[in-house]
Amino acid sequence: MKIRVNEEKCQGHARCYALAPEVFDVDDYGQSSVKNDGWVPDALENKVRLAVENCPEYAIEVLEP
Amino acid sequence: MGQLKPVEDWTTDFEVLDDGYIHDPFTVWDKLRDTCPVAHTNRRGSTWLLTTYEDVTAAAHDIATFSSLDIGVIPAVEDEFEPLPYGLPPIGADPPLHTWTRRLLLPWFSHKRVDGYEEMTRDLCNKLIDGFIAEGHADAAAGYAQQIPVRVIAKILGVPEELSDTFTGWVRDVLEFADVEERAIRGRDGILGFLLEQMPLRKEDPRGDLISELLHTEHDGEKVEDSVVLGIAALVLIAGIDTTWSAIGSSLWHLATNPDDTARLVLEPELMDSAVEEFLRAYSPVTMARVVAENTDFKGCPMAKGDKVLMNFPSANRDPAAFDRADEVVLDREHNRHVAFGSGIHRCAGSNLARMELKVALEEWLRRIPEFHVAEGAEVTWAGGQVRGPRSVPVVF
Repeated sequence: MKIRVNEEKCQGHARCYALAPEVFDVDDYGQSSVKNDGWVPDALENKVRLAVENCPEYAIEVLEP
Repeated sequence: MGQLKPVEDWTTDFEVLDDGYIHDPFTVWDKLRDTCPVAHTNRRGSTWLLTTYEDVTAAAHDIATFSSLDIGVIPAVEDEFEPLPYGLPPIGADPPLHTWTRRLLLPWFSHKRVDGYEEMTRDLCNKLIDGFIAEGHADAAAGYAQQIPVRVIAKILGVPEELSDTFTGWVRDVLEFADVEERAIRGRDGILGFLLEQMPLRKEDPRGDLISELLHTEHDGEKVEDSVVLGIAALVLIAGIDTTWSAIGSSLWHLATNPDDTARLVLEPELMDSAVEEFLRAYSPVTMARVVAENTDFKGCPMAKGDKVLMNFPSANRDPAAFDRADEVVLDREHNRHVAFGSGIHRCAGSNLARMELKVALEEWLRRIPEFHVAEGAEVTWAGGQVRGPRSVPVVF
């Protein structure tokens, strides 16, 4: 699974960071980003799907399911 | 506020301060979403009320049409007093002022900073509980929820915690009693007068707090103007107190009246994170206003320049088109794209802090008071308007 955070859409709700801190990072301004160039370890895919479903800005894009 | 004209038609003459509506807005929202999702009133000027998730989030993202230069659900008192030429940035500003003032503010509420406030919040909750636990009863709203956020905000602003009751009174004046002119003025003048006194002290002798730092910050090579610092500090005080206390109070009211949910949270504390999000969704406190910047047609409604638009985030979060079982509190809800903290560029800057305070307040309460219910015959009272939440929740345990 490969994902990215659309920086234009992300407004810093930080739901992704709360749900999958192993995958997402968040800076001092609330901007989220994906670690590991967007590649998600298999074991964390379910957590990431939850993050996608809980982002109020629809900012997490799944590039490769 | 019993003297308000009764509402006969919620679609054409809604009244956000109606007693019945404040107590139970849910049935009105359900009816409006089904029959007239964009309602209107001429009370306090031409004002539109958006009730669906789709409409509320669309308006929140259309910052060109819906300006943040007036965000008050109840119009501010107009008089001579005008020390805030820029209002309350960033929430009460449009870009570009919004953009750079928000960047000044956000790091104060980052995860790292908020983690640093958790221990003091936990201590504070326990001290409050120590004060009433032996009595077997307490007011979960006035004696607990209301006491927590104000003290954390005082710490961040660097102002004396002993003034907490005074701050709470001013913030209630500004938000809860915005419709009562003398109280709205008293609260506003209290907050701004206090901050105007504090600012010169921090200019001379910076103390590392938010006010001191902002006063010594530059933007585009120039010192940030005092009136901008004043606006930001006033915003933090107003927005950081009533909102979170209302969320804590509503959550405790829910638990006091739903013993099955209380028992489940006590037995399954790992549900706390999703429960916090669910309480935020089901009992979102905050409605924000916008002002129409240019004549526009919104879903067939002719909105005129200068009209008010109320973005009803609490109703959006109960919209069955956006949430399964929208009217139920589901502690382990997995998909929860709620917009309790708004949507778009004005997402609540303090959301990390609010979430931490709500979680810690509930954890410590449930750890020490795992069984409680509303006292028999006691009256639970609510406030509404810009911020909805309980003002008194007498409980026994």
